[in-house]
Amino acid sequence: MAENGSANNSDALIDVRNVVKHFGSVIALAGVSMAVNRGQVLCLLGDNGAGKSTLIKTLAGVHKPTDGEFRVEGKAVDFDSPRDALDAGIATVYQDLAMIPLMSVTRNFFMGREPVKKLGPIGFINFDEADRVTREEMQKIGIDVRDPQQAVGTLSGGERQCVAIARAVYFGAKVLILDEPTSALGVAQTSMVLKYVDQVRNKGLGVIFITHNVRHAMAVGDRFTVLNRGKTLGNFSKEEITMDELQNLMAGGKELQQLSASLGGTV
Amino acid sequence: MVDKTAPAGDESAAEPPDANTGAAADERLREVSAMTRLMRRPELGAIAGLVLVTVFFLLTANANMFTLAGIMNFMAPAAQLGILAIGAALLMVGGEFDLSVGSMVAFAGLIFGTCLVVLGIPLPGAIVITFIVAAAMGALNGQIVLRTGLPSFIVTLAFLFILRGLTLVGLKWATGGSTQLRGVKEAVGDSWLAGLFSGDALEGPFAWFASMGWVDTFKNGLPKVQGVPVEVIWFLIFAAVATWVLVRTRFGNWIFAAGGDSNAARNSGVAVNRVKTILFMLTACSAALVAILTVLDAGSTDARRGFQKEFEAIIAAVIGGCLLTGGYGSAIGAAIGAVIFGMVLIGLTYTTIDQDWYLVFLGGMLLTAVLFNNFIRKRATGER
Repeated sequence: MAENGSANNSDALIDVRNVVKHFGSVIALAGVSMAVNRGQVLCLLGDNGAGKSTLIKTLAGVHKPTDGEFRVEGKAVDFDSPRDALDAGIATVYQDLAMIPLMSVTRNFFMGREPVKKLGPIGFINFDEADRVTREEMQKIGIDVRDPQQAVGTLSGGERQCVAIARAVYFGAKVLILDEPTSALGVAQTSMVLKYVDQVRNKGLGVIFITHNVRHAMAVGDRFTVLNRGKTLGNFSKEEITMDELQNLMAGGKELQQLSASLGGTV
Repeated sequence: MVDKTAPAGDESAAEPPDANTGAAADERLREVSAMTRLMRRPELGAIAGLVLVTVFFLLTANANMFTLAGIMNFMAPAAQLGILAIGAALLMVGGEFDLSVGSMVAFAGLIFGTCLVVLGIPLPGAIVITFIVAAAMGALNGQIVLRTGLPSFIVTLAFLFILRGLTLVGLKWATGGSTQLRGVKEAVGDSWLAGLFSGDALEGPFAWFASMGWVDTFKNGLPKVQGVPVEVIWFLIFAAVATWVLVRTRFGNWIFAAGGDSNAARNSGVAVNRVKTILFMLTACSAALVAILTVLDAGSTDARRGFQKEFEAIIAAVIGGCLLTGGYGSAIGAAIGAVIFGMVLIGLTYTTIDQDWYLVFLGGMLLTAVLFNNFIRKRATGER
């Protein structure tokens, strides 16, 4: 781990070393290493095609790594399905949110893990319980869901992200993987999500925050891992790197620096 | 229906402009009006349609239509379609189509008839075999759709023809050249199970109603309507169970999830493939049930059984509030859609209107339902 500059202590929740993933002839990941600790936000940065999505899908049990080591709380794991990853405490909030707009907030919140009440041999969803929990959990993050039976489609983008995160936290996630949670959001909604990410970190969860917005990364990140073309370009702690350095590293080329300069540093 | 949309339109006009973004989001949430809550029910369109059709026939049809006998008259075909429509509705909510249900009725009829008449298998065995074969065909449909990722529309369209063709070929083989297989009644004999799948139910209560003078009777004291056709009982039970499963159970939530967004559902740990396969099997089994009911009723089976029923079933499901894109719909709505069908099909015979208007009605109703549902969905979910 040391050679990759990862934080090396017993707190590592997820520890990935030299993970390789091939899709046929395509090498999506060519040896990526990273580690996430308890109570830390790790920002995973990289341009399009850097392998961010493949990496998190590997962590989430969607893909099986072709090669490499993958440890959760020190134990080597081998996930066959997203369900396995969930059971191991790794919850992923995908870009497409894993929320179904036509379904109610409650139904979405408990999707796949409905509280079942048994009446003899017949089991049915305990909606009173589910509605109550949903309303409470939403209140904790400052979203007043007046009617938990309202469709998720009626919530704003930021609220939907927060519902997805709250769901993961409620179901006992130890590590939260957030796939570009702020990419489609406005300023106010972004700060709402970032604030909540900070709350989650303070609870002692590990967070992997994928973004290509350096500003958002710097706002909540404790450590930064930069990917480029399926490889780890570097692992840094917050003190080791500035926003500009991170930006340049991510772009991985001089062209953008020049462009940025010519545009007055706005890229 | 038009006047119901009016207040909704007013509401949107009264909505404050989207000026302040951010933390004030909660204040901007409108109080959910009773109308919106009502419109959130997917079966609203079907109920509105049912009221409309009932009023229409109350005004135009012979009064006999709404006597007990008249109601049983249109409930029998409604029930047969309804059983198919409920299966189709669950599958549509789950995000898939099955265009082969009509052909499946004929195919299951062939299997059932062949078991009884040609192979001489007793009724219970024949019923079990028919359901097993139907479930297997449904599972095959499902597996092809899920493994290839092809649209179920195309895969089941193929099976529409394959099953219809197999039925023709099979019938000719079983009968030595005919496309009709007779002698089912003789083969069944007086099996105790036949009463569950043919004839009338609740004859005792009806006889009692007659003795109490609550229902119309013949001169000899027997009730004019001797009972409820068994298919109506099957239909009502199926509608109740399907509705309960859909809205109250974990499996129901998974159906909505699988149809709403199968990727999101999978990522949340929903066994999407299993849900969809079960739904395909259920749809095929509902076709098998209709086949058994109609074959026992008629005493024969033929190759045209269930012809175009797949479309009627899907139309009933759509009238009942199912979205073609999946993830939204209602089993009870589909059942009501089927009742509307039965009412119009039989009801027109009580009027002076040419019965061929039935088809015009069918298409018109489908179009209205789709437009209505689309509008409702946007209003109720605040979709942007």
